[in-house]
Amino acid sequence: MATISRPLPGQVARPKASTGLWRDAFGRLRKNRLAILGLVLVFLLLMAGIFGPIIAPWPYQYQDLKAVAAAGGGPLPPGSPGHLLGTDQLGRDLLSRLLDGARISVTVALVVQLVILVIGVPIGALAGWFGGRLDNLLMRLTDVIYAFPDLLFIILLSVAFRDTLLGQAVDGLLLVFVAIGLTSWVTVTRLVRGQLLALKETEFVEAARAIGVSDSRIVTRHLLPNGMGPIIVAVTLGIPGAILAEATLAYIGIGVRAPRASWGTLVAEGQKFIRSEPHLVLFPAIFIALALIGFTFLGDGLRDALDPKLKGKQ
Amino acid sequence: MSAEEPGRRNVERKAEHLLQVRGLSTHFFTPDGVVQAVDDVTFDVGYGETLGLVGESGCGKSVTALSIARLVPDPPGRIVAGQILFDGIDILKLDDDEVRKLRGKEIGFIFQDPLTSLNPTLTIGYQIAESIREHMGLPQKAARDRVVELLSKVGIPRAKDRLNDYPFQFSGGMRQRVMIAIALSCDPKLILADEPTTALDVTIQAQILELIQTLSSEFHTAVLMITHDLGIAAGMCHRVNVMYAGRIVETGTVDELFERPQMPYAWGLLDSLPRIDDVRGDRLRTIEGMPPLLIRPAEACRFNPRCIYARDVCREKEPSLTSRGTDTHMARCWGTEPGGWIS
Amino acid sequence: MISYLARRILWIIPVLFAVSVITFYLMHAVPGGPWDREKRLPAAVQARLNAEYGLDQPLYVQYIDWVGGFVQGDLGPSYRYQDRRVNDIVADGFGTTFQLGIMAFVVAVVIGIPLGIVAALGHNRPPDYLSTSVSIIGIATPSFVLAILLVIVFSVQLRWFPTGGWKGPETWVLPTLALAGFPIAVIARYTRASMLEVTRKDYIRTAQSKGLQRGAVVSRHMVRNALIPVVTILGPTLAFLVTGSFIIERIFNIPGVGQFYLSSISTRDYSLLMAMTMLYAFAVAFLNVVVDVLYAYIDPRIRYS
Repeated sequence: MATISRPLPGQVARPKASTGLWRDAFGRLRKNRLAILGLVLVFLLLMAGIFGPIIAPWPYQYQDLKAVAAAGGGPLPPGSPGHLLGTDQLGRDLLSRLLDGARISVTVALVVQLVILVIGVPIGALAGWFGGRLDNLLMRLTDVIYAFPDLLFIILLSVAFRDTLLGQAVDGLLLVFVAIGLTSWVTVTRLVRGQLLALKETEFVEAARAIGVSDSRIVTRHLLPNGMGPIIVAVTLGIPGAILAEATLAYIGIGVRAPRASWGTLVAEGQKFIRSEPHLVLFPAIFIALALIGFTFLGDGLRDALDPKLKGKQ
Repeated sequence: MSAEEPGRRNVERKAEHLLQVRGLSTHFFTPDGVVQAVDDVTFDVGYGETLGLVGESGCGKSVTALSIARLVPDPPGRIVAGQILFDGIDILKLDDDEVRKLRGKEIGFIFQDPLTSLNPTLTIGYQIAESIREHMGLPQKAARDRVVELLSKVGIPRAKDRLNDYPFQFSGGMRQRVMIAIALSCDPKLILADEPTTALDVTIQAQILELIQTLSSEFHTAVLMITHDLGIAAGMCHRVNVMYAGRIVETGTVDELFERPQMPYAWGLLDSLPRIDDVRGDRLRTIEGMPPLLIRPAEACRFNPRCIYARDVCREKEPSLTSRGTDTHMARCWGTEPGGWIS
Repeated sequence: MISYLARRILWIIPVLFAVSVITFYLMHAVPGGPWDREKRLPAAVQARLNAEYGLDQPLYVQYIDWVGGFVQGDLGPSYRYQDRRVNDIVADGFGTTFQLGIMAFVVAVVIGIPLGIVAALGHNRPPDYLSTSVSIIGIATPSFVLAILLVIVFSVQLRWFPTGGWKGPETWVLPTLALAGFPIAVIARYTRASMLEVTRKDYIRTAQSKGLQRGAVVSRHMVRNALIPVVTILGPTLAFLVTGSFIIERIFNIPGVGQFYLSSISTRDYSLLMAMTMLYAFAVAFLNVVVDVLYAYIDPRIRYS
């Protein structure tokens, strides 16, 4: 019984064909207003971080003592000539320092996640792929790391190695990045392991094996690209935690070394003047908030966009 | 109808038919456009009658049932037109609370997937008792007794022991029996059964269908049996409506429909059923093409792109449901009308 | 269930053991020693002190000594506060820190969960916007910033609460809120997401088809199921409260046990530092076990299998 399908005007014979996971996801992301806001904030942060030193009106450590003295000795308020957001009591321009802080936060975000991926993905892949005793061993290891009160461990590491070469690199930041990374890789590991465990048993892996594709190639060419989605989401959502950790550490004086200042340091320094010159605390707090909000919304948006349950839908 | 005597029905008929659906239209307002899932649907269900609603996925049969109980999720769906008279009462004119009182008490629902349709964190005894306590106001002990009675009636052994078990502790077939018990718990006049056996093993399907049939005739409960499986419709229903693309395209008694179908879609459906005298190795017969998107349907017969008998008139004007010889048999097709080109 | 519980509890022991080893060696890797003061002590004095406290022994011996003392409940002498034992120092401050943590936890749950429920029920309408705004503020504001802001507004300007100390209920309010800010936001967001997911489930439709009242559908069917996944984030929430409390204690001058963490690192007070780390590690591990067990209990699918 052969019939011919002829779509009529006003009728479509088939719904729109699915265009692949990534294009679907991107379409969904575009429609999510909060995610777009997050993307904008993240983009601005990246721009500030990359081009900060170029667009900053002053070098971050420059002390405009003349202007301070001329104003009577204290920090300059926002709107002062040459200092859009004011200065601290040593005449250091707040905007410039904030931009430098942006650079620090961006570096934190990227380097910490890099450390997490470098440690977490291989461990998770090994555990998930080989299973059995190796898996058990590695999971016990992650249990120990997970049980460690992270902030305390980071502080211990940071203080322990403060005066070593590692501790002095990048104005003390490298140590902080490594420390934060070392305590945060567990989530990604478990994710990667979970993905591999699930995908390992699927048919296309059997098929690939049957053709003779090597194990490592299966993992790198087939499983990881498919499992990328949740990993990307986890990485993005892990960034606010890293920025927050670095800011908290800087607040109590650990990590970044003077005269370099991260936003957390600025809050600590500005605290003394909070009654008379609240801008010294408010602006760093606002920048921190925007960075955290940006990455959180973006991460949420990515998670919703990449949700496999929504595949094929708009 | 008295609650204290389940099984005895004092049928006070307030209207000619228990359920009279007139011109029901339910649309879904989506970002891609307005989907006219149910379009101008009209049918009746008599007291104690089992009516089949047959069609392929997406034809609007489930939405029709949900519309009757006003369970269509809003947003994005909405009943935009029509009248639904249940036992003489216009459901669409009731306020939310009045509709709520009808649900469970007068109208029972059996859903397709019993695993996801039961709350995993409540015992089945509790879930069955919920409607009893809500609508019949029985105290806890009396309600519990009724639950045990219902469970036995639906064929769950050792009912008393299983009251405090959770859904995951039952097999698929057993869970559907629990669903049936819930649907029947307040002795409703109408049961909306939305593909109750589709999610079950074939061997269990027959048992469940038989159960529904037995109980509905015992309690004189009307059943709207929604299914894509013609075999089920044939076995259980008095009359059948065939739906396609949101409209009813043929209606009749089981005999009329299966012996003298009057619509090419119905032919296709019947023809596509594998038969015991088919030759092995032959391909299964299908209706080629796909159902239309229900956004902005054109002014034409909706089946015509897939219909080998289509002629110009089919592409220009949509046929209406017209009689095919008896009171009960109607079809929507230009070709099979008296004087048409299909015989 | 019992075996699950037992296994989880027993597992704490090797974990704590590993934590103690790592901390011990790391601690001794920090340059300097407990006798560093502004004025350098003569070498002979330092040597004598080291011998007295056993610091001249090889590290593994020192570690074993420590373990020996630890399992008997003796946390050793404080290196910094030489007339006090660590046990006493910890005992003094522990109650305060514990109280702060519990209060913050209760506040976070009591505010966060209803906030999330209300947001989900009023999806895309004012209650949702309000609740989501609160959540945004909570995640965007580090606890130390929140603490500063709270002090400025409520303590300095409005003079409703004192700026610090820990004497009586009015001193409890601001620190608890500052500590609970982030968890409130996280719990609210998670609860909202979980509720929204549950709303789409088939069994909600079944509940509605039974003609149940809206309140019953929401409480018995939606909230009950939505809260189960929320329990899983209570573990990390408690861990956050445990580790984050020391910042709050510092800002508000609260005589809890947190102040000793930082100071013990800078003064190289080894036994105090070990005690602090073990205390925090144990608290985190134990609370995680409690949460896991709770989760297994409230989900009947896990409880009965």
